[in-house]
Amino acid sequence: MKPLQFQSEAMAAMTQDATKSFPHECCGFLLGQDSPSHREIEEILEVDNRVESNAARRFAISPRDYMRAERRALAAGLRLIGVYHSHPSHPAVPSIHDLRVALPTFSYAIVSVYADGLACIRSWQLNENQIFSEEPILNNIPTSWLLS
Amino acid sequence: MATLLIPTPLRKFTGGAGLFNAEAADVAALLDALTTAHPGIRPHLFDDSGALRTFIRIYVGDEEMDALDGVATALAPHEEVSIIPAIAGGSI
Repeated sequence: MKPLQFQSEAMAAMTQDATKSFPHECCGFLLGQDSPSHREIEEILEVDNRVESNAARRFAISPRDYMRAERRALAAGLRLIGVYHSHPSHPAVPSIHDLRVALPTFSYAIVSVYADGLACIRSWQLNENQIFSEEPILNNIPTSWLLS
Repeated sequence: MATLLIPTPLRKFTGGAGLFNAEAADVAALLDALTTAHPGIRPHLFDDSGALRTFIRIYVGDEEMDALDGVATALAPHEEVSIIPAIAGGSI
């Protein structure tokens, strides 16, 4: 798996979405470039969590928001790299619910967030056996952002 | 000729193409043309019984196919059809 590199504004926007949405899960799209060496996340597109119940443990993105993300990527000359969401008060490890509808080639970034701050950010992609493999994240997350 | 928009994660099965064009009278014919031209995409759209997978949505213009006539929805010339994967999950 190629590593991910978030541009600083994209990283800040994604983590702020996770903290402001707590205790509910946030979600959105990762847009950027897929180079031979790594995936560069240049911007994120925040969208509403449309799940009908249990938003603290589930997220769902509407088809119209998905279309909006594809159109935004096309208009901006970017690639739709994947999806991010948060796991409130839970580790940044994909669940069976995440695996069930995971798509090939997409990066799935997960932000683990607690009431008093971020715990960590990890990213995953389906491998050829349809199992999640972790993608390294190259950013050095400021320690001031993270729980000690 | 109708145009089918391929979602980014499935473009690895269309040689990287985001658009697929074909003469098709309805949605079923358009999807059939796609899977004939690019067989590798078929298992990502249909299950073993041939039914469209539950996590795949088809939009004709800005309307979901199921709110129209399903796969029998007739396509106007130059109609734009989108394949939209469900995006969902959760922590536990």
